[in-house]
Amino acid sequence: MTEQEIYADLTAEFGDKIIEFVVEETLNPTVVVKADSLADICTYLKDTEALQFDSLMNLAGHDSDGVSDLSVIYHFHSTFLDHYITLKIFTPREDSTVDSVANIYRTADWHEREAWDLYGIKFNGHPDLKRILLEEDWEGHPLKKDYVAAEFYRGMRIAKVK
Amino acid sequence: MGRLHAEEMILNMGPQHPSTHGVLRLKLRTDGEIVSHIEPVIGYLHRSFEKHAENLEYQQVTPFCGRCDYLAAMGSEHGYAMAVEKMMGIELPERVEYLRVIFAELQRIASHLVAVGTFGLDVGAITPFIYCFRERELILDLFEMASGARLLYNYIWIGGLAHDIPPGFVEKTYEFLDNFDTRVAEYNQILTGNKIFIERAADIGVMTPEVAINYGVTGPSLRASGVNIDIRRTQPYSIYDRFDFDVPLGEGAQGTVGDSWDRYYVRVREMEESARIIRQALDQLPVEGDVKSAIPRRIRPPKGEIYSRSENARGELGYYVVSNGKNVPLRVKMRSPAFSNLSVINEIGQGWMISDVIAILGSLDIVLGEIDR
Repeated sequence: MTEQEIYADLTAEFGDKIIEFVVEETLNPTVVVKADSLADICTYLKDTEALQFDSLMNLAGHDSDGVSDLSVIYHFHSTFLDHYITLKIFTPREDSTVDSVANIYRTADWHEREAWDLYGIKFNGHPDLKRILLEEDWEGHPLKKDYVAAEFYRGMRIAKVK
Repeated sequence: MGRLHAEEMILNMGPQHPSTHGVLRLKLRTDGEIVSHIEPVIGYLHRSFEKHAENLEYQQVTPFCGRCDYLAAMGSEHGYAMAVEKMMGIELPERVEYLRVIFAELQRIASHLVAVGTFGLDVGAITPFIYCFRERELILDLFEMASGARLLYNYIWIGGLAHDIPPGFVEKTYEFLDNFDTRVAEYNQILTGNKIFIERAADIGVMTPEVAINYGVTGPSLRASGVNIDIRRTQPYSIYDRFDFDVPLGEGAQGTVGDSWDRYYVRVREMEESARIIRQALDQLPVEGDVKSAIPRRIRPPKGEIYSRSENARGELGYYVVSNGKNVPLRVKMRSPAFSNLSVINEIGQGWMISDVIAILGSLDIVLGEIDR
């Protein structure tokens, strides 16, 4: 199936939970969906006969400017049918409302922990949401564009990034 | 005789431990010798690659990519260069494409030699490790000839190569290949068919295809479970569609499909296939062509984003790059293969002895630099 057909299929199934289809400015056609129905959509992507997206290749957090909403991007691949789709959700900078998909795609387990660690995005229903790359007592989420590093960490001076 | 009940014990393996292949800590919950739960604790080698990338110009990110997966630096640089080239729509000279394939495949052999050698080391075979490193040295010599460096090259640039190969490089590579074909037979003799080695690796840590795909396991570890996915085949990039090569799959020759022995042996066979690709690429290598002609003067990809995949030595290496039209990327996310490959260890390592967990970990072939980034 082409990305366009997958988009049409998702719209028919989920109606207004699907916000838009982005083809400009991206080399991976992307479906923007509502964050609170992400888990349902992922279950549908995985279990539907005609889609069979069994592999979540990548999950990335993103902060475009330090002011507007954060986003999470999911790249899917079906190893049986060999087609691709990208989903994107937006979530408020504080109090994120993203469904965890870690129980659907185990890949997401560590990737969601990474997004929490570096972007502060909370995933509801994640089995064990804690930092993964940084220490548990690190202050802030460094990949946010408005991140300001603390001066000290456990008495050690933190080098300033420009 | 009744079963002796012992309390569960938490055992810390690492972060300083020779068999964890870097600074990795495994928190094992054990009942006697049997491991009931494994929790990998990572991040000891975190060098904030992604944060740095957001503060550097596109071409300055290249050396950082090599430092992530330091055992397959050529492949890492290749993947990043391809992502940015696709965004900018750069057409590469034929000679560059061929040289990139030659270097990427030489790097795959070098990386698999470390994987195969250290896996032997993990289960107690010390000699094969020395054999593997002997051949790896020859590849590093070739890299040194071309780029001046033996481990971290900064050789594959966006739009081309740092410089052309020196005179004599092609002949030396042919020489290496002629030598290498006989060496693989040596590894098979000394390690692959070794009875003790088979006992330690066969049937240990079996990974089913469903588990592998669900956890995002890629590369040789996935193919050992019998899943025929190699990005060089399924979504050919660069010029991989021009070469004739096989994709080795796990067959369960010594036990079950997807066991540690299969993961080992897929790598051995992949080295042979890589050698085949290099030989074809050398035969077809165009003599003409300026490797720097397509390097853009200013690297400013148009506003947009891309997720670009390539098959690195350890599996699917993806770069998610977002550009806002400036000379500094807005976001570079590296989807590192070893990160997902390691996450499966609790699933396949439960119920085995502590010494088997070491064998399973060795068979997954992780590089901590790339996991922690």
